[in-house]
Amino acid sequence: MTDQDLKVANKQELLHKEETTSTDKYFVPTVDIFETENEVTVVAEMPGVDNDGVDISLDADILTIKGRMDIADEDKNWKILLHEYETGHYLRRFTVAETIDQENIAATLNDGLLKIILPKSMPAQPRKIEVRSE
Amino acid sequence: MAIPRFTEKPQFRNPWMEFERIRRGLDKLTKEAFGDELHYSSHASVYPPLNIFETPNSLIVRAELPGIKADQLDISLETDTLTIKGKRQIQHQESKVSFHRREIECGNFNRSIGLPIKIDPDSISAKLVNGILTITLNKAEKTQPRRIVITAG
Repeated sequence: MTDQDLKVANKQELLHKEETTSTDKYFVPTVDIFETENEVTVVAEMPGVDNDGVDISLDADILTIKGRMDIADEDKNWKILLHEYETGHYLRRFTVAETIDQENIAATLNDGLLKIILPKSMPAQPRKIEVRSE
Repeated sequence: MAIPRFTEKPQFRNPWMEFERIRRGLDKLTKEAFGDELHYSSHASVYPPLNIFETPNSLIVRAELPGIKADQLDISLETDTLTIKGKRQIQHQESKVSFHRREIECGNFNRSIGLPIKIDPDSISAKLVNGILTITLNKAEKTQPRRIVITAG
């Protein structure tokens, strides 16, 4: 599986429905999403984002992943000799079908890969209501 | 008697001028359609895409390599050719999983690039922070700009 060569995937810029006030660019991070019996895991590629720059929120069933890209040392005065990729922030939204235990969402960031674990909330045990006749 | 006037002489025409005129027209069109950005943007055909910058003293090569650890990368320099080699292997430990989306790819990569400037092979540094690789190559002594002091005599 890993013997193949990696191909260049051009970054996809996020298209806003409305105009933004700042000229910062947003890109759609590529993701892997997989599910096990107990949890849903989202892995997103966010190179250049540090722990402080990540913003994850789950509002109703909309999961929003936001990453603020920060290369502090990049200087506007540097002369560009080759420019093959653009840099910018990351933003992507998903509708989560499963019911998620919001209290226990965990996220880790390693080498530019963000991993979010969304534990499924256990469905409430059906309570049996006995009907008594008087 | 007809006296030929100089202005009526056929002017010498450069046969390539017409092509040059068309090329300029096309350049102007693309510039208007895509803006100035197209000027230096190019698309990479080999992974990873690189951004290369020049500072007064050094050359900075940058690539986005999310999910790659430092020990999976191999950077080498041979005269003027810089090679970045590696393997991306992202394993998800869980065995019984059902994938909803699979966009992140794994595999090998190998990219060589000819450097446009002579560099000092003994002063190369590379760092990998948050999935961004930055290689700093110092320029060779003789290519660095040297200030010449003028003495009034």
